Amino acid sequence: MNCMHKIKSSGIEVLDTLKNGDTLLVGGFGLIGAPLTLIDALKEKEVRDLTVVSNNLGESGKGLGLILNQNKIKKVIGSYFTSNRDVGEKYQKGELAIQLLPQGTMAEALRAGGAGIGGFYTKTAVGTKLAEGKEQRVLDDETYIFEQSIKGDVAFIRAHKADELGNLTYYKTARNFNPIMATAAKYVVAEVDEIVPVGSLNAEEIVTPHLFVDAVIVARKVLTKDGVKSL
Amino acid sequence: MNEQHLIASRVAQEISGPAVVNLGIGIPTLVSEYVKEDTVIFHTENGLLGVTDIDPNHIDPNLVNAGKLPVGEKEGSSFFNSADSFAMIRGGHIDVAILGALQVDQTGLIANWAVPGKAILGVGGAMDLLAGAKQIIVAMTHCSKDGKSKLVKECLYPITSTRAVHIIVTNLAVFHVKDHELYLVDLMPGVTVETVQQHTEATYKVALTQNQI
Repeated sequence: MNCMHKIKSSGIEVLDTLKNGDTLLVGGFGLIGAPLTLIDALKEKEVRDLTVVSNNLGESGKGLGLILNQNKIKKVIGSYFTSNRDVGEKYQKGELAIQLLPQGTMAEALRAGGAGIGGFYTKTAVGTKLAEGKEQRVLDDETYIFEQSIKGDVAFIRAHKADELGNLTYYKTARNFNPIMATAAKYVVAEVDEIVPVGSLNAEEIVTPHLFVDAVIVARKVLTKDGVKSL
Repeated sequence: MNEQHLIASRVAQEISGPAVVNLGIGIPTLVSEYVKEDTVIFHTENGLLGVTDIDPNHIDPNLVNAGKLPVGEKEGSSFFNSADSFAMIRGGHIDVAILGALQVDQTGLIANWAVPGKAILGVGGAMDLLAGAKQIIVAMTHCSKDGKSKLVKECLYPITSTRAVHIIVTNLAVFHVKDHELYLVDLMPGVTVETVQQHTEATYKVALTQNQI
């Protein structure tokens, strides 16, 4: 069986699928578990009006912060943008729309999006500013608000190992949003430390089964304890 | 011991195992230094149950807590994705959440995510923790940097939840929240009831044991 068709040589090769106005899901918690090689490739691509779904927008000039500064992002959906001062600046100038969600609501909206669920009721944020305009419903004497699920056109995720079929394992807290986002986009690209032959991953350790994954590249930009390094 | 460590060490006295505890960013992160019980297990919302201190010689950039600071993993730890992590939080599986706050009102509601007049750029996991953790402890300085009481009659900052917290620990005192009222239950070393009174805008009842007064 030829099972190598998902393995791509570079980030540039997979970026053809990304179009102007697309919704792009990007894994990571800050730079931890962020697909830094794919983000770097996105820097070289002519694209505009992206809606990016990511917990943060990297840091100033790092990770997705690079793409923000190239004005390719029209809107961002996430939970915590305070760590990149450029986000606030662009927002104040009217150059960036922000949809802020509680972190658990964002994670669940992606999980639901990937699972064919249109939305869900949560008790998180009830009675706060983030619940304004959202439908309320009382279930078993508790008040919940409705949250719509989130789906993407393309997802960039960071995993640890992939086999040649696209089965994925993860590494420690670099897992975060990655396995959920892998289920929630039409075209999913995984960036990994290592590609191994089919059969060399234990079936019990595979977190993302290959059917969710469309393309795999090997990471060339990685997070080290001394910052982001090129391999 | 500086103010932040003083607060963290006092919060630690409120925790007893077996318990799963989530620590917020800032002062709450310091609490783990003062909890010695092996049956207290720390959860971090970015996907680890079993957080422990890091050996500075073995820092792993991909093993961090919610404040993105390097941590270690205890024997028996597990890693999981963000949706599972928040299922633990929202689903009522976390025993204690320790959070910082900008303001707490006299009914126990807190504001800890946004400041009026500034762009609202971050909420993180605070609202989920308030909605789902079984017990919530606030760890904060009693007054803001400009000397104003953070225990207020009514929060001027946007609230984080309509659910009240349970315990508030500051550098001056410890308060319990019961039926939408604050009770002063303990004083920090060297602090008098009068000092607390002078620095507190919120209304509260004094419920100290006899030897504290």
